[in-house]
Amino acid sequence: MGGFPILSVMTFLPLAGALLVMLVRAATAGSSKGESTAQSKKAVLLAAVIISAATFVASVAAFFAFDRSATGYQLVEQYAWYGPISYKLGVDGLSLSLVMLTTFLTPICLLASWNSIDKRVTEYVIAFLVLETFMIGVFVALDLVLFYIFFEAGLIPMFLIVGIWGGKDRVYAAFKFFLYTLIGSLLMLIAMVYMILAAGSADFEVLEKFAFAPEIQTWLWLAFIASFAVKLPMWPVHTWLPDAHVQAPTAGSVILAGVLLKMGGYGMLRFSLPMFPDASAMFQPFMFALAVIAIVYTSLVAWRQTDMKKLIAYSSVAHMGFVTLGIFAFNEIGVQGAIFQMLSHGLISGALFLIVGVVYDRMHTREIAAYGGLVSRMPIYASFFMLFTMANVGLPGTSGFVGEILTMVGGFQAATWAAAGAALGVIFSAVYMLTLYRRTVFGEITNPELNDIKDMNLVEWICIAPLAALTILFGIAPNLIFNLTDSSTTRILSLMAGGQ
Amino acid sequence: MLDITSILMTVAPELWLALAGLIGVLLGAIFGERFNSLSFKFGALALFAAAALAALHFGGGEAFGGLVRTNTFVNFAKVITFVLAGVALIISEGFLKRHETIRYEYALLIIFASLGMGIILSAADLMTLYMGIETLSLSSYVLAAFHRDSARSSEAGLKYFVLGALASGMLLYGASLVYGFTGTTSFAGIAEAGVTTGALFGMVLMIVGLAFKISAAPMHVWTPDVYEGAPTPVVAFFASAPKMASTVVFANVLFTVFGSAIDQWQIIVSIIAGLSMIIGSVGALVQTNIKRLLGYSSIANVGYALVAVAAGQEFGAAALLTFSTIYAVTSLGLFAAVLAMRRRGGMVEGISELGGLARNKPVLAVTLSVLIFSIAGLPPFGGFFGKFEVLRAGLEAGLVPLAILVVISSVISLGYYLKLIKIMWFDEPTERFERVDISVMGTVVLCSVVAGVVFMVFISELGTGGWATFAAAGLLR
Repeated sequence: MGGFPILSVMTFLPLAGALLVMLVRAATAGSSKGESTAQSKKAVLLAAVIISAATFVASVAAFFAFDRSATGYQLVEQYAWYGPISYKLGVDGLSLSLVMLTTFLTPICLLASWNSIDKRVTEYVIAFLVLETFMIGVFVALDLVLFYIFFEAGLIPMFLIVGIWGGKDRVYAAFKFFLYTLIGSLLMLIAMVYMILAAGSADFEVLEKFAFAPEIQTWLWLAFIASFAVKLPMWPVHTWLPDAHVQAPTAGSVILAGVLLKMGGYGMLRFSLPMFPDASAMFQPFMFALAVIAIVYTSLVAWRQTDMKKLIAYSSVAHMGFVTLGIFAFNEIGVQGAIFQMLSHGLISGALFLIVGVVYDRMHTREIAAYGGLVSRMPIYASFFMLFTMANVGLPGTSGFVGEILTMVGGFQAATWAAAGAALGVIFSAVYMLTLYRRTVFGEITNPELNDIKDMNLVEWICIAPLAALTILFGIAPNLIFNLTDSSTTRILSLMAGGQ
Repeated sequence: MLDITSILMTVAPELWLALAGLIGVLLGAIFGERFNSLSFKFGALALFAAAALAALHFGGGEAFGGLVRTNTFVNFAKVITFVLAGVALIISEGFLKRHETIRYEYALLIIFASLGMGIILSAADLMTLYMGIETLSLSSYVLAAFHRDSARSSEAGLKYFVLGALASGMLLYGASLVYGFTGTTSFAGIAEAGVTTGALFGMVLMIVGLAFKISAAPMHVWTPDVYEGAPTPVVAFFASAPKMASTVVFANVLFTVFGSAIDQWQIIVSIIAGLSMIIGSVGALVQTNIKRLLGYSSIANVGYALVAVAAGQEFGAAALLTFSTIYAVTSLGLFAAVLAMRRRGGMVEGISELGGLARNKPVLAVTLSVLIFSIAGLPPFGGFFGKFEVLRAGLEAGLVPLAILVVISSVISLGYYLKLIKIMWFDEPTERFERVDISVMGTVVLCSVVAGVVFMVFISELGTGGWATFAAAGLLR
């Protein structure tokens, strides 16, 4: 307690930045009319990149203030708010790693919008910065109501991002995204209110130690999973994801796949396991079944896609299946793998959406059939694409491999059949990813418009290269992440064991 | 007992409003049309002063041999109600001026309606309650028909009157049954006598009558028509101040008069609440007129408030105050925004007219969006805390099915709230609205700031949450 409130600063820095952008914009709105606004748009975007980069720096500062060897929540800030509700922030290894993923991806997303967003840039930037505050808030909140506020409030900016800057069917996709997520979260809200009444506190640390009766746990668990399953997403409630991904602008897809999906996995680790251990154990086979179906079924669906973004979206559902598998293995290796898989998928799928965005900005189509032979015109692009394709397939040496192998080993220890099913999914992932790569990058150029396509420009380099570096780095040295998440994994599992 | 100062202080807001109303009549008689514009400022000042008087004597007291009794619970509602009525009066002026129907009677009717609200909130006797309700209702009927040259407005007034008279009849019949079986009209006396089977019949009839006044289903049918037909500023008034007052009175009567019969009325109120939520949110889905849409939305929101009532005094009183306050403020802001929808040809009310508002009038669009998200109950806006409190009260009282119904209805209602957001932000701009009155714009901004931000920050022990808890505790005395 006491000391510099680094987490609050980090959480609300983007929001303050958004307000600043809004005020500056309102002040200059009168004067800039008529003159060319292209430059002022770039200035707004640049300001946002700087604000989000500053947020990243703040999260790095939090990382250095964080003691990796200690267990429990650190950098805690707590103020009484209202009744049993308090304003309480804090991080452990799990949340800190996800926070860093968020703060790392946001500036990249904003930068990736450099060429692709040209209308209503100010609003776009504000929506993105507000979204960042809510995303960080979800991971650092240590109070049920505060968590819920951040969790749900994030829907509003994302709804606007998809709905205003999205593709042709953006309205349908935005509504579907919003309503699907909302139904799940509201059920969770009822469960949360019940928990607050039963335990007399909304504090995570109190609730983790509070033993709910097993039959109550079942209901609470179901209500929470309703929300997390939609968010993650798990089969069969994943159908909003392909729509949202296809319609969202590139940066929206990156943040959706990179961060928003991780809230589902984070929620399972933070609530389902430690707070409802009996129910989690009871539903283990059920969750394994859903995970395996997700992995196998959505991989097959991904194979048949003709739209590049849709293919990657389905592949995300499959990869999140590994996360479910690892989490519900209830062993050290599986949970570690699940966390690693979340972070790794955040980097890889984010990068893949950026990769699609690169050609989409040039050709304005995401149809796989419209491409082919890109390697002869865009060699650097093809190399990056190759790297992330392989990472998505799970090639050793990339971060994708570590997450998949660990979750499968964890799953194997818990239920052999589940791991076997998941292994099948790895094969399928190679099938659809390599097919995608072959049909877009190799072969003859069939589409004459591709003849004068340009290779990646500087902005795209800046966006994609760091992701590539981290993908390889974490693939070679996964301990960088494990050191951070080790103590929280142990803690979650011991809380779970203590409850049973 | 004969402490005259205490008695005067207890009834001071109502005495003051009655006096102000009469002075207004006199001024109107003397100055005629010259008083028209001034009457709005006069009325608003009178209402704010009444709010201050209610706040001064917040602890409450008893007057007129038990006909009137106030406590913190009703005084909380009184302060909010009078302030909202004052603001509603201020934003009416521009509208009426443009429609050339500006008359000082408008301000006086609002004052008298507010007097009625003050009386029902203070009522501690069935007679006082009925008198207050009639004062409020009769003023409301005339207000609804204020545009007497417009067929829609007259129709709204007539419909409101006929159905309202029926409801008043039921209320009176119920009250007479209760009197017949308990032998007293005083709230305390009835509570003491206990609720016998005969009195239960009376109670049910009274619930029906009061449910009409708060537009709860199945006594809601007048609401969309009146909201659509009545002049917009009148609806802004209806949807805020009287809504808050009658909901609190509904709870007050059930809590203090029939408190011992909670097992009997809990199920009735639960059914009314459930029906209101579902009918309100499903009904609003297909509306294309924004006033009608908000009318249905108000039915749904009364349903949420009734969940807090059904939870009973112990769990629901504070939640009801928090929810109704946020709802009334948000509602006033929403209708003020409707007042801003003006083009060369006059007012427009279709929801599609909001198309592209985000680009034409960004400030209006942002504030209106905050209000919509707030009334939809999305965090981090105030409406979320209202709904959270309602859920908490409902679950604390063990009304799990009702809590689930709140959730289902919230999701359905998001269907049309999001439609409004979509029209404002995603659609192509239509023709610009004309310049908005500064008072109207100020109200929209103010309400959205209050509903959007202030509640979030100040719903603490020191803010509304704490006040509502403190005020609700007054019921126990």
